[in-house]
Amino acid sequence: MTLREVQDILNAEVICGEHLLDREVNTAFACDLISEMLSSASSDTLLITSLTNPHVIHTAEVMDAIGVVFVGGKKPSEDIINDLDHGNIPLLSTPLPIFNTCGLLFSNGIEGCMRGKAQ
Amino acid sequence: MTELHQTAVNKPQLTLRFKIDEKDFLIAGESASKTKKALQQLGLKQEIVKNIAIIVYEAAMNIVIHATHGKIKIIIVPDKVIVLSEDVGEGIPDIELAMKEGYSTAPHEVREMGFGAGMGLPNIKQCSNELDIKTTVGSGTTLTATIYLNPADTKQVETGAMYV
Repeated sequence: MTLREVQDILNAEVICGEHLLDREVNTAFACDLISEMLSSASSDTLLITSLTNPHVIHTAEVMDAIGVVFVGGKKPSEDIINDLDHGNIPLLSTPLPIFNTCGLLFSNGIEGCMRGKAQ
Repeated sequence: MTELHQTAVNKPQLTLRFKIDEKDFLIAGESASKTKKALQQLGLKQEIVKNIAIIVYEAAMNIVIHATHGKIKIIIVPDKVIVLSEDVGEGIPDIELAMKEGYSTAPHEVREMGFGAGMGLPNIKQCSNELDIKTTVGSGTTLTATIYLNPADTKQVETGAMYV
């Protein structure tokens, strides 16, 4: 499915990257630990997290994430959004908590991802 | 902060340098992002670029969390990339323990930011072909991670100036 469909399913607000919502999403990874994102998440995956600090956005860039969904209605501060070079990473915010977010996406066909391993 | 230069024509070598200060958490991610952009400009494969960026991110974060200050150098030669991280700090009392996934001595406030999961050194090992750690307790740590490149990965390294 596309990021736009993800946005619909999660009733998410697009923080930035509106022009990139046609990107195809096949896998997702939910986590609040930076190192785990770096070690386990493969490229081209959707990152789901409740962390909203600048490190998460750097991490998403480094791991080539398709996009980031912030759960529980959380959003990075305006300063973070304005300061960071996040042009290639669409950022979304859903009011849903992390379990519901993952459950909805999983039941709509998004699979979990593990780096280097087909799931 | 970032210095990039190309030395002798017959032995191409590019070096990226980052100075890392204690508690400067943003510099770690920025160093990784800049490394990634520079290596992408060289035309290296996406997976290799990502592995090197992860090594830089984790090594820089180790300096930010555990050391007083340090520096990271990324040296790119035709057949390999070397990430050299040198810090002045407390050193690692037990490397074997530090290499264990989940073992962490990071303070609580660092973990709240999503760091200090005890995956730093294991991640660096996973992303490199060779890893060498020299540490002296009370003095500091030098980490050398080497990633070997196939000729197909490096076809553009010998040409091209780049800016980060």
